[in-house]
Amino acid sequence: MADPMRIRAQAAGGVATVRILMAHEMETGQRKDAAGKTIPAWHITEVGATHNGKTVLSAEWGPAVAKNPFLQFNVKGAKAGDKIVVTWKDNRGDSRSDEATVS
Amino acid sequence: MALPGTPQADGPLSVLIATTYRKENIMIQTRRKTIQHSAVVAGLLAASGLFPQYALAFNAKAFEAKSVADALKAIGVGAPVESKEVSITGPDIAENGAVVPLGASTTLAGAKQLLLLVEKNPNTLVALFTLTDSVDSNVTTRAKMGQSSDVYAVAIMGDGRALFAKKEVKVTLGGCGG
Repeated sequence: MADPMRIRAQAAGGVATVRILMAHEMETGQRKDAAGKTIPAWHITEVGATHNGKTVLSAEWGPAVAKNPFLQFNVKGAKAGDKIVVTWKDNRGDSRSDEATVS
Repeated sequence: MALPGTPQADGPLSVLIATTYRKENIMIQTRRKTIQHSAVVAGLLAASGLFPQYALAFNAKAFEAKSVADALKAIGVGAPVESKEVSITGPDIAENGAVVPLGASTTLAGAKQLLLLVEKNPNTLVALFTLTDSVDSNVTTRAKMGQSSDVYAVAIMGDGRALFAKKEVKVTLGGCGG
């Protein structure tokens, strides 16, 4: 299980800005290690975000997303107390899900 | 026929451990193969246009495309049209190519997907966001850029039209370890 994500969701005027920082190496598969062997690609492939159980955003990511990925988006109609759950899956089959409450 | 790393001792307990380890190994292999297989199948289906554009399965073919046109073809949309209603936000000069903040947005209603592409990256497609009515058509993330390049934000509308905006981002230190 990877390190937890940091999720901040702040509501302002009927829209909540959600900022997420995920912990993941995001190896591109282009780098070589000290011995000259290519380090295999290891990156998040799918991301899903739900608001009170309803999917609001989904994403597919390639290896070009930066290490410890950052994601920001706005959820319409969110108010304080609502639950945002963010899930990611990577190409090794690992996954991680964290939730936050809109403040 | 012991696997490397398993204890070599003999006896009933070690046979039990070896069998369990091997079974686990086989199961992991099978799961990985299944995921790989479904990614390949999803990619093929997406390329042939039969796959609904915004179903959630990793489109491996699109992410391996080497150009903007190939990536969009793999997703199943035609040539994009430049549009003022789509914006790509990002720095003019990125000091560190490993972490370049990029945003894609559109003022048009009914955008189904937003894509971020870096033309000169080894794999052009960086990210693909599938939107719903509950989110603004505005996403921001950070990407790796191997070198100075044009960055594209593409909005795919409900009717399959692709609209794009591009911006040149100069990179002073490449982001892929080079």
